[in-house]
Amino acid sequence: MPFLDFANPSRFLAFARRALPWLSGASLIAFALAIYLATAVPFALYEQSQTILIMFIHVPAAWLGMMGWALMSVSALGTLVWRHPLADVAAKATAPVGAAFTFICFTTGWLWGRASWAGGGNLPLEYMILDARLSSVLMLLIFYLVVIALVRAIDEPSRAARVAAIFTLVGVLILPIIKFSVDWQQGKYTLHQRESLIRADGPQLDMPILITLLVAALAFTLLFFTLHLAAMRNEILRRRVRSMRLMQARELAEASA
Amino acid sequence: MNALLALIKRDMRLAVRVGGGTGIGLLFFLIIVVLTTFAIGPDPKLLARIGPAILWLGALLASLLTLDRLLTSDAEDGSLDLIMMADMPLEIAVAAKASAHWLTTGLPLVIATPFLGLLLNVNPSATLAVAFALLVGTPAFTFIGLIGAALTVSLRRGGLLLSVLVLPLAVPVLIFGMAASGTAIGEANFGTAFTILCALALMSLVVGPFAAAAALRAGLD
Repeated sequence: MPFLDFANPSRFLAFARRALPWLSGASLIAFALAIYLATAVPFALYEQSQTILIMFIHVPAAWLGMMGWALMSVSALGTLVWRHPLADVAAKATAPVGAAFTFICFTTGWLWGRASWAGGGNLPLEYMILDARLSSVLMLLIFYLVVIALVRAIDEPSRAARVAAIFTLVGVLILPIIKFSVDWQQGKYTLHQRESLIRADGPQLDMPILITLLVAALAFTLLFFTLHLAAMRNEILRRRVRSMRLMQARELAEASA
Repeated sequence: MNALLALIKRDMRLAVRVGGGTGIGLLFFLIIVVLTTFAIGPDPKLLARIGPAILWLGALLASLLTLDRLLTSDAEDGSLDLIMMADMPLEIAVAAKASAHWLTTGLPLVIATPFLGLLLNVNPSATLAVAFALLVGTPAFTFIGLIGAALTVSLRRGGLLLSVLVLPLAVPVLIFGMAASGTAIGEANFGTAFTILCALALMSLVVGPFAAAAALRAGLD
């Protein structure tokens, strides 16, 4: 992908203006298809439970939460190593979207687990056991919130970007922990099921579930990039407003001096 | 009255912005609760038993953390001198600042309490009791902390000293707050403990501004 072509903010804004309608349209179509597939096929027969439908929200949200942090790490490298002008804008735009998806993953995972771990959902509302998967996803959510707080705490954008980039790169270690946490403490501290999709011996899911899951994942991914592109555009415009305000203040100071 | 409202509005706007305390306070509260959950391990009964205590300690520490910026940021850029030289009595001014601080930092902590109670496996009636007690306890923390903030305003490394000053003064609030929160698990009488908690909060609302104003006058001359 020609990253250097988009180093110019104006060219990026032009690209964003052209690409956003297509992206949002594509996500709408993908969502419609995913909803149709999820409701038309009787999955309850496969799993004897209606709660299987939560999976089509929970798993894509998990993937996208982790992908968000990976994207932020690449942007962090762009800021620190390659000094790409829009890398910090990309990182700042990804953080809230990734945090939202991680939050969705955590809450749907907790609700789904509450419904199925005690075989029937007779548990009280506040039932919560933080096993390895839930804990590491919660840590990812906190990492996201910390990076957002870090960027908001520093006024000057480029300094904030460098500081956040270092934290992002340090925090990338949480991703393999999340992925493999389910295998480490299997049985003792883990209630989450083992990996079914990305395994050494191929996917273990049935075809209809797998197809619906992939369509749902595609829909959520398109949504992610739509929001991401729009957030980057907003951040560029926000910085322009800030520079214009600074220029105006300087002119006023010089005029009255 | 206009000046008072203007001061409150200014402080509230600053607090929710870039260097403000709202987000950080909430994030710190969340982190403390999550850390204690990890430290204690996956033991739902134990967590439900000590959940209210963890919520109170988290709210106290999160309030302490954000008290630092109550007066020092104004002292650094000179606005504190302007406030001290103005017509408005200094007691009223610091009371206004503390009220704005509670509205933007303490109140979000209270609102977040039920959600964090979910993480700690606390049952809903206990969480509600904790939230109500915190609604009265967090203003007490803020106004007691105002005294500490005023005493340490001119110090550069005043952070930990501020905490050490404020924590002993906040202990009665914590004790009666826990007594009020523990009732759902069958301890003291909620009414009695809550009334005493309200009395402590009202006392701090009066003593705090006067002590803080005296401290500012003594310390910044």
